Amino acid sequence: MTKDKILEVSAIKDGTVIDHIPAESLFQVISILKLENFNGMITFGTNLESKKLGKKAIIKVSDVFFKDKDINRIALIAPEAKLNIIKNYSVVEKKLVEVPDEITGIVKCVNPQCITNHERVTTRFRVIEKKNVKLRCHYCERMTYKENLEIL
Amino acid sequence: MLNRSLVSITDFSKADYLKVLDISQKFEKDSYRDLLKGKVIATLFFEPSTRTRLSFESAINRLGGRTIGFSDSGTSSVTKGETLNDTIRVVSNYCGLIVMRHTLEGSARYASEISNVPIINAGDGANQHPTQTLLDLYSIQKTQKTLDNLKVFMVGDLKYGRTVHSLLMALSEFNTSFYFISPDELKIPDEYKMLLKNKGLAYSESRDLNDTIGEADIIYMTRVQKERFSDPIEYERTKNAYVLKNEMLRITKENMKILHPLPRVNEISTDVDANPKAYYFQQTENGVYVRQAIISLILGLKL
Repeated sequence: MTKDKILEVSAIKDGTVIDHIPAESLFQVISILKLENFNGMITFGTNLESKKLGKKAIIKVSDVFFKDKDINRIALIAPEAKLNIIKNYSVVEKKLVEVPDEITGIVKCVNPQCITNHERVTTRFRVIEKKNVKLRCHYCERMTYKENLEIL
Repeated sequence: MLNRSLVSITDFSKADYLKVLDISQKFEKDSYRDLLKGKVIATLFFEPSTRTRLSFESAINRLGGRTIGFSDSGTSSVTKGETLNDTIRVVSNYCGLIVMRHTLEGSARYASEISNVPIINAGDGANQHPTQTLLDLYSIQKTQKTLDNLKVFMVGDLKYGRTVHSLLMALSEFNTSFYFISPDELKIPDEYKMLLKNKGLAYSESRDLNDTIGEADIIYMTRVQKERFSDPIEYERTKNAYVLKNEMLRITKENMKILHPLPRVNEISTDVDANPKAYYFQQTENGVYVRQAIISLILGLKL
């Protein structure tokens, strides 16, 4: 860290930094990771300058190290997100998120006639295409595309 | 297949299809067998369906089994606001197998996950109706003496017709050549064309049935529904182009048979009914044998 660079969100000793979240997706990411029920220290910043995203958000969660399968749940809405694993103020590992093969309980099925939109059924999708986001509902077998992706 | 639910045609493999067809033949030879004596099967028809329900009940009765259930959700606890979840949990304690039809898509898959007895999907909205597909396969095999290398014409509503989509998926295991005949608004969706491409199968698309009808081994007719058209004028213009008339059959092959999942409205004119190439009524008889076969394979009945 050079001296003339000011940190907009203060550093953490141990934990996880999730960087390059699209600013408009920050609160969805918080909700998907269930951080609103978390008791430890969380700092976040949003609408920060980003060459890549225009406006980005960043979340720093102290003393939490996410499992891949949990963190990959955010990949649909924050595909460019980067994870820095921090131990004793140093980055010990960098990770990228990856869209998983199956998605449970995050996305709403686009089909109004799907059982998941009528009863309390946890949604479940098979990921047919990762890059363009094409999901097939496990129940009604219809496709949900990126354009009509709605997060629950 | 033992103790497994049948929700989607893709739940079964090619080997499973052939097993079902083989057992169906045995039931065709001798349909009345007391294999289900003392057993109870539920038929839950949240959405009314005369043919499918009676076909299942006939299959169960011929096997000596008893049925419980309802033929429309108006006479069930659904009217009191009971969820599908609760209905299935309760009914699965009363019987050894559940046959269900429901308006919502994915309902049968969901039911199969909460039920402690197997589920047979008798139609979930516009999604799947696998026993129809298996009886279609049986009818094709019976009339053509084979399932391999046939030329199958699919006519009418190829966009929304669930029977067409499921039959296409099943036939794609048998090197079928497909001819899709439909108005532009109701063309076969791209994902099914992709599936055929990936399997290296031939298909063609046309708006006119007359062009190629002489090549068909099977003509699978479906209903073109008015409500599927965004433009009512377009419907009026096209509705008569997809009606099969007796004089059109003169140039068709000797072995050619016409199938239809029924109900028919006007897409096959009644003068076709007397033609030996019309097979849609015998097709319904086959449905009983095929459903007997499916039930006996799932419940492990010894023939």
